Amino acid sequence: MFYRETGQFKTSYGADQQIFPIRQDRIAIGLLLVFAFFVVPAVATQYWFSAILIPFLIFSLAALGLNILTGYAGQLSLGSAAFMAVGAFGAYNFILRVPEIPAILAFLMGGVCAAGVGILFGLPSLRIKGFYLAVATLAAQFFVVWALTKFGWFSNYSSSGVISSQDFSVFGFAIDSPVRKYLLTLSIVAIMGLLAKNMARSNTGRSWMAVRDMDVAAEVIGIPLMKTKLLAFAVSSFYCGVAGALVAYCYLGTVEPDYFTLDLSFRILFMVIIGGVGTILGSFFGAAFIVLLPIFLNIVLHPLFAILGIEISSAVVSNMELMVFGGLIIFFLAVEPHGLARLWQIGKEKLRIWPFPH
Amino acid sequence: MAFFFEVLIGGLLSGVMYSLVALGFVLIYKASGVFNFAQGAMVYFAALTFAGIIDMGVPIPLAFLGAFVVMIALGVATERIVLRPLVNQPQITLFMATIGLTFFVEGLAQIAWGASTRRIDLGIQDEPIPWILDNMNMVVSSFDLTAAAIAGVLVAVLAAFFQYTKIGRALRAVADDHQAALSIGIPLQHIWGIIWSVAGFVALVAGMLWGARNGAQFALTFVALKALPVLILGGFTSVLGAIVGGLIIGSTEKLAEVFIGPMVGGGIENWFPYVLALFFLLVRPEGLFGEKHIDRV
Repeated sequence: MFYRETGQFKTSYGADQQIFPIRQDRIAIGLLLVFAFFVVPAVATQYWFSAILIPFLIFSLAALGLNILTGYAGQLSLGSAAFMAVGAFGAYNFILRVPEIPAILAFLMGGVCAAGVGILFGLPSLRIKGFYLAVATLAAQFFVVWALTKFGWFSNYSSSGVISSQDFSVFGFAIDSPVRKYLLTLSIVAIMGLLAKNMARSNTGRSWMAVRDMDVAAEVIGIPLMKTKLLAFAVSSFYCGVAGALVAYCYLGTVEPDYFTLDLSFRILFMVIIGGVGTILGSFFGAAFIVLLPIFLNIVLHPLFAILGIEISSAVVSNMELMVFGGLIIFFLAVEPHGLARLWQIGKEKLRIWPFPH
Repeated sequence: MAFFFEVLIGGLLSGVMYSLVALGFVLIYKASGVFNFAQGAMVYFAALTFAGIIDMGVPIPLAFLGAFVVMIALGVATERIVLRPLVNQPQITLFMATIGLTFFVEGLAQIAWGASTRRIDLGIQDEPIPWILDNMNMVVSSFDLTAAAIAGVLVAVLAAFFQYTKIGRALRAVADDHQAALSIGIPLQHIWGIIWSVAGFVALVAGMLWGARNGAQFALTFVALKALPVLILGGFTSVLGAIVGGLIIGSTEKLAEVFIGPMVGGGIENWFPYVLALFFLLVRPEGLFGEKHIDRV
């Protein structure tokens, strides 16, 4: 009734190809952004910002990066945490060593460093694919974390490679409170999210999808495989790198190479799977799910066991968390292999014909 | 020179352990086309279960049997709950499901048996063999040699099982072509249950030996990850490849750690196998013994 595109005629190519072709979508996105930029800062508490909203946004960005590589270009990667680490340490070094560098530029340069490393470790994708490639990306994961720990230069010779973010400001505003960190993160994520959405429907995105669906066929119709695959690695690592820089500067403040473990890579992969492989929106759903699940389980499990009168240690809770986590992954893959984004799409289809289903 | 050979032999013997884990991957991949990421978690689970049963005061052979039964149950349950609903999904989906399974099994193992390290005492001594020490001036652990012998026997038994039993023939048929096997009346789901149990058995042997060496601890799951470069080197579908790959990875990683490591600050054991496998892939993408893959449009 409300969600119907009838009567919205496209009279120019520009109108036909816009990012959100349906008017209701444009309104919804606009409202969402207004809500996130103006209403949320006014009502959310400190805890909400630093424990839920900021990590959610940052991991959405990382998941977006992996989704570009795995979902759009079809190259499975288990090394996203390594690229985040490169971004974090890259941004740290740019701010440390280049005087007067704007923080945003440093974040982006961190992303560029990650893109460089991504291209390097993406080179094998020209020869191998599937599981072989997944294992090859593990090389990036272990090598990067080792290098960042071993070579003191990256962390300015601090003990065990820990870096602490310097104070920084953006356009004259000192980013020192959770609200400001949230707003900065939100701006970056919103812009990069729109860019990704745009990229996905452009020439680049369509070549990625062609390579994903069948690379030999894509090559036959004239898509340069090397350029396309390496570009996917570069863009994906860039997104992960910026997310890593944000982890260091807006989320944790102090971070060590060991934060970016294989486990984190898996979590990001799960965000992509649960959210929906090959959808921009899915990255956000997936990140929300994975960030909220442990908090939710913590809130639910403790009272549940208290009611049952069983004493449980926090170790058991974290193990149950693992089990629920693993179980949910399997459940999702079995029930809805296309993820939460698919459920959202089904809901939209329903809404379109509501209240007259025929 | 004696030192070089000592490192080499030590590496080869630890490579045998990697081979054992890799063997579990290969078995499942051959039979069902599933890249079972949970093999490492299964090794951990098996080691903890075995150690846990021994701690209850059960003698070793019985404990082994008990742990085997548990692993069979886990294998059959995996087939029922994870694989059956995912039939006909792309391989990548199945792979991700096994990552989920990894988390589940790791959590389960720690809830059931606790997260602390458990010692496993098999009654094999971890001492240098005097004869070799005297005559060749090299330290070769008797435990490592025993482990290698056990691994050799295991491979021989598996080979015989695949070659000469009815179930083995069915397994090979399924590995060759699912649909053809199904059409001549081989019950696919039974076969998958069996193959997961066999993989569980291999995981149990690997977990037992690793556990006796380093204690049954969470770090086992990371060690099991080392089986992945082994697979790349040897090829995903070859039992022989798993063995040879394991030996190559084990020896080169130890040699690199001892001879190259000091130049860059040590600790390169962690990533060296992966980088080695990476360069290897650039030359021979299908692995040493893997099947050559031909793309058709």
